[in-house]
Amino acid sequence: MDYSPLMLSLKVAAISTTVVFISGVFFARAFARKQFFGKSVIEAIFILPLVLPPTVVGFALLLLFGKHGWIGKWLLEWFDVQIVFTWLGAVIASIVVSFPLMYQSAAAAFNSMDDRIENAARTLGASEWRVFRTISFPLAWPGLLAGLVLSFARGLGEFGATLMIAGYIPGKTDTIPMSIYFAVESGQMEKAVFWVVIIVALGFSTILWLNWWSRRNMLRYANENRSR
Amino acid sequence: MLEVDIKKRLSHYNLEVDFSMGDEILVLFGPSGSGKTTILHTIVGLTKPDEGTIKLGDKAFYSGKKDSMSVQARNVGMLFQDYALFPHMTVEQNIQYGMKRKDEHRSFVIGQLLQVLGIHQLLVKYPHQISGGEKQRVALARALASEPSILLLDEPLSALDKQTRIDCQNELIRLHEMWKIPFIIVTHDREEAEKLGDRILFLDHGKIIDERKSPYTDSPHSTYSY
Ligand SMILES: Nc1ncnc2c1ncn2[C@@H]1O[C@H](COP(=O)(O)OP(=O)(O)O)[C@@H](O)[C@H]1O
Ligand SMILES: [Mg+2]
Repeated sequence: MDYSPLMLSLKVAAISTTVVFISGVFFARAFARKQFFGKSVIEAIFILPLVLPPTVVGFALLLLFGKHGWIGKWLLEWFDVQIVFTWLGAVIASIVVSFPLMYQSAAAAFNSMDDRIENAARTLGASEWRVFRTISFPLAWPGLLAGLVLSFARGLGEFGATLMIAGYIPGKTDTIPMSIYFAVESGQMEKAVFWVVIIVALGFSTILWLNWWSRRNMLRYANENRSR
Repeated sequence: MLEVDIKKRLSHYNLEVDFSMGDEILVLFGPSGSGKTTILHTIVGLTKPDEGTIKLGDKAFYSGKKDSMSVQARNVGMLFQDYALFPHMTVEQNIQYGMKRKDEHRSFVIGQLLQVLGIHQLLVKYPHQISGGEKQRVALARALASEPSILLLDEPLSALDKQTRIDCQNELIRLHEMWKIPFIIVTHDREEAEKLGDRILFLDHGKIIDERKSPYTDSPHSTYSY
């Protein structure tokens, strides 16, 4: 049995989750509790990949990152990097489809925070970076972690947009969902079942763990409020 | 010397106040919605007036929309209405959060502060493990440990029961004697205003409508009982 799809899927999901976590936290924090012109439009664009058919997302990515696309052309000319039909394409597809999940979780976490706590830190002389590092981030952590786990799971399962931009190239772009699809196509039922079991187990344990974790946090929060 | 002369458009009226104070306890007294919190927020820098000036000594906190010192640079201590302690830090970490340096003199001052407030046995606890009165004392210690040049207290005692409240009032007076910086205390309790204030500003709809010096003698304005 060739395990490379598992390793590739984990690699793609790990890289995309890292990018999505940092950028999602950054934008969510920058936009939290602020109203400015165009905010709802930008947020709509952030969330859009969640509701669009994966093929549309893949098509848009092809336009952008294809050999003649705006970004693709530039990457090829300046860095000799090709996105289409490489595992980098799979990473980019994962980033785009899992960003909305991270952004929404992080935005909810930052928006629900009592801003008096951050303001108290400011009155004590803490710089904005210190306020973020020592107050906002730790207090938002349960929500951020939920977003992180969801993004990872979403990245692991990404299929539609990946198919459009990265295609199925064994040993190069064959993530687990890809392998399942093409195993079924070519009648290799055993192989398909094997990967199905793996990915269901991964998804299931992720959700179980997340539920356990949020229940634990909920209990802690309830305890904190009881003695108020 | 704190000098405040500001105007700010609020949703139902215009806030327009002009006052100054030394190292005394000034009480802002008025009904809910009269602009007391907004005044404190303009001094600490959490909100900006539309025009005017705010000065502490020769430090200009605010002299126009574009000329506004950051919250961090003002060094104004603030006690929030429900204390706003950091829930994920112990009492000790809360108190140390704003301490500028730790040398012998400071440690002594902080030790004395904990002594006066009676909270040294709480240091390892978390905010959710202590009572309302204790939270209030911890918030005070945290604000004073950052050595502010002025302390603002927004209805600091309104969430406490009667006995704790009286204890805390006495502590505030004692701390003020120790610290010798301007205190501005917001309250809508008349008895408390009289007990704490060296001077009382009566606020209504964003204007100062009366001013009294302590000791508060009999007032013809018996309508001030919010
Ligand atoms: N940033 C703001 N802009 C406009 N109006 C405000 C703002 N903040 C508070 N207000 C309004 O100002 C009034 C005074 O509020 P506040 O200062 O909280 O009163 P108090 O603390 O005396 O109860 C309220 O009517 C409130 O709705
Ligand atoms: Mg108020």
